[in-house]
Amino acid sequence: MAIVVGYVPTPEGVAALESAIGEAQRRGQRLVVVNSSRGESLVDSRFATGTQWHSVEDRLASSGVDHELTQLVESKDAADQILALAHDLNAELIVIGLRRRSPVGKLILGSQAQTILLEAECPVLAVKST
Amino acid sequence: MDAFTELLNGFATAAHPTNLLYAFVGVLLGTAIGVLPGIGPAMTIALLLPLTYTLEPTQAFIMFAGIYYGGMYGGSTTSILLNTPGESASVVTAIEGNKMARKGRAAAALATAAIGSFIAGTIGTLCLALLAPVIVKLAVKMGAPDYFAVMVLAFIAVTTVLGSSKIRGLAALAIGLLIGTIGIDPTSGQQRLTLGLPELADGIDVVVVAVGLFAVGEALWIAAHLRRTPAEIITVGAARMSREDWRRSWKPWLRGTVIGFPFGAIPAGGAEIPTFLSYVIEKKLSKHPEEFGHGAIEGVAGPEATNNASAAGGLVPLLTLGIPTTATAAVMLGAFQGYGIQPGPRLLQTQPELVWGLVASLFIGNVILLALNLPLAPMWAKLLRIPRPYLYAGILFFASIGAYAANLSTFDLWLLLLLGALGFGMRRFGLPVVPAIIGIILGPTAEEQLRRALQISDGHVSGLTNTWFSKIVYLVMLLVVVVPPIVSRLRKRSTDRELTEVGG
Repeated sequence: MAIVVGYVPTPEGVAALESAIGEAQRRGQRLVVVNSSRGESLVDSRFATGTQWHSVEDRLASSGVDHELTQLVESKDAADQILALAHDLNAELIVIGLRRRSPVGKLILGSQAQTILLEAECPVLAVKST
Repeated sequence: MDAFTELLNGFATAAHPTNLLYAFVGVLLGTAIGVLPGIGPAMTIALLLPLTYTLEPTQAFIMFAGIYYGGMYGGSTTSILLNTPGESASVVTAIEGNKMARKGRAAAALATAAIGSFIAGTIGTLCLALLAPVIVKLAVKMGAPDYFAVMVLAFIAVTTVLGSSKIRGLAALAIGLLIGTIGIDPTSGQQRLTLGLPELADGIDVVVVAVGLFAVGEALWIAAHLRRTPAEIITVGAARMSREDWRRSWKPWLRGTVIGFPFGAIPAGGAEIPTFLSYVIEKKLSKHPEEFGHGAIEGVAGPEATNNASAAGGLVPLLTLGIPTTATAAVMLGAFQGYGIQPGPRLLQTQPELVWGLVASLFIGNVILLALNLPLAPMWAKLLRIPRPYLYAGILFFASIGAYAANLSTFDLWLLLLLGALGFGMRRFGLPVVPAIIGIILGPTAEEQLRRALQISDGHVSGLTNTWFSKIVYLVMLLVVVVPPIVSRLRKRSTDRELTEVGG
């Protein structure tokens, strides 16, 4: 059993990480942080850089929760990666960040959050940035 | 001041609103493709070749020249911000440029690259304008054997000087010459290598070859290597320089121009060698040699000026002799042929409006490039977020349309696919594409000169070397082929000796 959180270096991602740490402390569970990219474009702003990833690691170490960090470059969408990981770990909870999207943007690119919310086998905690 | 009045007339041509628009589109497109690694000016011009069916030659070449120059500017942006050179001439820029950016001096690095490119490009274009009429005066006296000699020099130079392996270069050249000879022999009228296919009797269209080898080959290659960890990009504001940066940059800019232009102008051309040379010289002359390797501004200013000067130099043999020294120039030569314009010494007489309009628009393009690049570098960097599948799908789409539009026949589409597979295979096995494309485009012209020289001499081989000019060129060729291996062997021996002395 574990808690899976999808991290992106944005305010939403940080909010999701903070809530996930809180949940992990409350439930006494291991926290698995996922950051992924499809690796298609030369620069992906949603893929954490070295320094960003280190700050996540520091934050987790200071919180004292049992944690694991994974960065993936796969052909799958981020949503599918998180769902697959949650399934493999038999996760108790998935934590994701939400942001406002324009209808057109959602039509063209789809919504990762929506996929996770609809297809997850466990409860999903969706967090907005404040 | 004949050249000067001609140049003023050229400005009158270039300042025409339509031509200005094409120059603007060209530099805009050029910068964009310069920023994107894997897509070079040669591929872009190849993709745009079908446009030549509808555009006036002057407009098309003004746009192509804009792409050529713009590509040189754009390449530096990616080198500095991403450590991934947008094109081969910017490889050296990445060494110091990216180090500067990591130290928080990205704005200065971008500025010195852009201003250096502007100065070198302007001086280089001025040299082009002054030098071209002089070379043309000499070139009209050249006979068939002389032309053949210069073309062989171009072949030898492009295969042995560029790239890592001479054998691979020669193999690529052979592939190019083979494809170039497909079709009806212009002298005897016999069909060669057509496999009995009537569609091949006219030879393969330059558009299909260039698009197939560059665009389709590259797209397949990228598709086979799509996934990679996203690179870390350094964020930056508008480019600007401090007084200290100016003081340290202006000499490298001028030295880079002096190094780059002649290298571009001789058939041994290319921008890789002079940019590296400039880097080494700046390192030797710098008052801050300890900064090299940790982000020295001279190491960005020099090579960036060099690659733009060599781009200007590369237009000299193209416009005066009809001999391309780079892949981009080769594709532009293909465009000349598509218009039925014979590039060579008579181009300046038969198409003065085209040539001088082109030269003038290079000056204008340089100014536009400076205006685009100084404040907008961060915007160009955003292009790197485009998912590559979208990009290459678009390229394949335009490639197919272009190949089909060449003759409106589906046969060309199959040919395109075949050549794309060839281009992919060449990349897979490390064969350079540039010698192949130069072989395809220059091969038939070289053959024509060879046959003519042999006809004049009644079949005697001595007819190829019976002029003083051709003798000199063959001598130069011998030096190009023989000297570098000897030098490297001698150098190796002396370092070996030093090592044994130290060891003993």
